[in-house]
Amino acid sequence: MSVQSPAGELALTRLPGGTLVVRLAGAWRLDHGLPPLDELRREVRKATPAKIAFEGEGLTHWDSAVVAFLAGASTLARDSGIPIDRSGLPEGLGRLLALAEAVPEKDDAKEGSNIDDLVHRLGEKAIETHRLFRSDLQFLGHLALAVGRAFRGKARFRGSDLAYLIQQNGFEALPIVTLVTFLLGLILAFVGAIQLQTFGATIFVADLVGVAMVRDMGALITGIIMAGRSGAAFAAQLGSMKVTQEIDALETMSISSMDFLVLPRIAALFLMMPLLTLYGDAMGILGGAFVGVSMLDLSLVEYLFQTADAVSMSHVVGGVFKGSVYGALIAIAGCLRGVQCGRSSSAVGEAATAAVVTGIVAIIVACGVFAFAFYVLGF
Amino acid sequence: MADPGTNGATPPAIAVRDLTMAYGDFVLQRDLHFTIDVGDIFVIMGGSGCGKSTLLRHLIGLNEPAGGEVFYGTESFTHAPPRRRAEMLRRVGVLYQSGALWSSMTLAENVALPLGEFTTLSEREIREVAALKLALVGLAGFEDYYPADISGGMQKRAGLARAMALDPEILFFDEPSAGLDPLSARHLDELIVELRDSLGSTIVVVTHELESIFAIGTNSVFLDAESRTMIATGVPTELRDHSEHEQVRRFLRRGEA
Repeated sequence: MSVQSPAGELALTRLPGGTLVVRLAGAWRLDHGLPPLDELRREVRKATPAKIAFEGEGLTHWDSAVVAFLAGASTLARDSGIPIDRSGLPEGLGRLLALAEAVPEKDDAKEGSNIDDLVHRLGEKAIETHRLFRSDLQFLGHLALAVGRAFRGKARFRGSDLAYLIQQNGFEALPIVTLVTFLLGLILAFVGAIQLQTFGATIFVADLVGVAMVRDMGALITGIIMAGRSGAAFAAQLGSMKVTQEIDALETMSISSMDFLVLPRIAALFLMMPLLTLYGDAMGILGGAFVGVSMLDLSLVEYLFQTADAVSMSHVVGGVFKGSVYGALIAIAGCLRGVQCGRSSSAVGEAATAAVVTGIVAIIVACGVFAFAFYVLGF
Repeated sequence: MADPGTNGATPPAIAVRDLTMAYGDFVLQRDLHFTIDVGDIFVIMGGSGCGKSTLLRHLIGLNEPAGGEVFYGTESFTHAPPRRRAEMLRRVGVLYQSGALWSSMTLAENVALPLGEFTTLSEREIREVAALKLALVGLAGFEDYYPADISGGMQKRAGLARAMALDPEILFFDEPSAGLDPLSARHLDELIVELRDSLGSTIVVVTHELESIFAIGTNSVFLDAESRTMIATGVPTELRDHSEHEQVRRFLRRGEA
């Protein structure tokens, strides 16, 4: 029996003594595929040979394709208890095979075989979740202590760090906040206009956009932007500082990373989010006004007066308050995932992803709680 | 537990007593028992993955022992309350494997941070001391560079300048020559010996670099990955020539037992 690939040749012949000769000839290269092991397996299964001898004198070219085939064949022979004879192989090939077999496979090196069953995996997952939850709580506890220190004026961080973070997460976020909130105001105006036009009450688009933006949407959408922008950045910054041992270096100098790294980040977002929210509210109202003026035949003054009538101070204060809470939540989520980051570069990416997910979930949940609480309080 | 160091005239810099290191259920090393004397250049050696760097993390409190104790002088570091621990660590400087400079700060700010935290020096004095420390490691004039702007070898030296900021009594080095070319590695070795001689510091080095081990080590401990414990301690050159353990001799002679 023989198999031919574009260049190489594999022939299996049985000698009278029960020896199976595996003859490789021509050029076997990885890009032409491996010599088929199945042929050999079928042949061995047909009748167990007394010995398998490899012949490679006709090989004009060989590479790892042949080595992989021979290693597989050797394992096959060993498993069936058949002795093998490699003396007919080129010297280099024999040496490579010896190298591959020099260190026997470690039994515990292959992971996953016993983790495949469902109960085991469920258990591992539960333990992991429990561990993560404990470390979340631990972080919040340490954070509470650090905030306490900050109020007593004992927390140690650099003012220049805080200033830089405020610039990064306040001023430099303005363009994206402008774009998104303006468009959101525009979208709300369109949605409202379609409904209100049927009643001939298009002027109430101003009420709709104004109240929606100022009460909830301004803070919420700014929060989501900042979760993607700052939350991910915080997690990646702290995570990579962990990988490069910068956090270890702080700890061994008895400088709390909670004080030095986490507090200024939370402070920066807590301070900047209300301002960004206010700014986003204004941009959203402008977006609504753009639709009102250009498509609904309202005058700008008329639109803005209508908005001012609809929006009360308590709406504004409530929205801004929500904004600062979202800011704190985003920063806490980002720092938490950064601090929990593992010690590899792939872990940094995972931490950034987890920070955005945690941050957005946290602000949406908070938004729901606020909506309920404000409704009950009649705010 | 016997108080370590009562047998000698001066207490040791660090004493490790029956230390066991573990990650969860997995025991990395057990029954580590050795003493680092003042003025030693103590080498922690062993093959890859045997727990050398983890041992260093235990010595500086970044990992908690699963069993046993670490003493600084005659005082237990493992059982010290957090505030006392912080005080003990103030006498210690660490050079991390990658330098671990704070990347958002300039070299001078890196060195200045511990000075600002733990001394009463004025800003101008701090700036002067930081410049001096950088000059000591051959980085005069690089005060305002950021870590990303300089080479790996320079980052390591800057990390050393920061580790020396508070004139520590004990300096830890994690793989100091890793990633350095042979010349820079040798300069760093010379610098380590110079620091010991001039400042009288005790030096603890984690390394598997044989040249360094023989050039600077005055005492050592060998961690064996197979038996998961220390199998030898002593002067490196003597271990090479006379150790009763074949693994130790093979390691120190690059495989030629």
